[in-house]
Amino acid sequence: MLSDYVFIGLFAIVAAIFPFAGFAVSYLVRPKRPDPVKSDVYECGMKPIGEAWVQFKVQYYLYALIFVIFDVMSVFLFPWAVAYHTLGLYALVEMCIFLGILVGGLIYAWRKGALRWV
Amino acid sequence: MVLQAVFMLFSAMAVGAALAVVTNKNIFHSALFLVVALLGVAGLYVLLEAPFIAVVQVLIYVGAISTLILFAIMLTRRLMDASERQRNEQWFISAIVAVGLFIVLVLSVGQVHWPVVHTDVPENHLNRLGQDLMEHYVLPFEVTAVLLLAALVGAIVIARERTR
Repeated sequence: MLSDYVFIGLFAIVAAIFPFAGFAVSYLVRPKRPDPVKSDVYECGMKPIGEAWVQFKVQYYLYALIFVIFDVMSVFLFPWAVAYHTLGLYALVEMCIFLGILVGGLIYAWRKGALRWV
Repeated sequence: MVLQAVFMLFSAMAVGAALAVVTNKNIFHSALFLVVALLGVAGLYVLLEAPFIAVVQVLIYVGAISTLILFAIMLTRRLMDASERQRNEQWFISAIVAVGLFIVLVLSVGQVHWPVVHTDVPENHLNRLGQDLMEHYVLPFEVTAVLLLAALVGAIVIARERTR
């Protein structure tokens, strides 16, 4: 029921406040002595090269796209899993066909090198 | 009373963020505001007592589609340049068309007779959804898999042409 969502709402509010509170407290407590090295962008301890606003590789997009496809798949998986006990063997077969088609796509992506990290 | 306040809050969140999407100068920030707008819509689904749709909204739109949009922006060098203008000379015409569409939608929603079914929402509606999906809508279900496969293969073919 809707009242169950009160806890989720409270949790969301606390989660939204938490980072701001952390930054505010550290702003009040910390000493403020900036120098060029200290205020530099942190990049794994190395000197950052160029801007952060650079063009990304197309591989990132392929990863995101494959993620979207299997995200949609999980949406279909969920009601099937909930109703699993009331369904027969045919439902399992149907889901196996469904997954089989998509796993075929994943194998295609793999073979074409879309999952190779560059 | 409280419900109405929560509804107002989510609506304001969705509409406000949507306005920020179209008025923001940096298209990357627009995409981030789109996430907030979609979360507001997810909140509205919760208020409509459609928790599964709300979860799907968060999972697909907030989680996956927005990531895809952000990556698409990051792929485009010209768009990542913050000095690029976000609107062209046709913004006025498109604003008129958008307002016209809004008026048509409001009028048609007001005139349609919406039938109300006086039965309760089944207790375990997700179970029901799973059963219907497996028993009555088998073909659309499997065709969905083929559709997703086509999207996957098509994207890979196009992306590989770009990298070459």
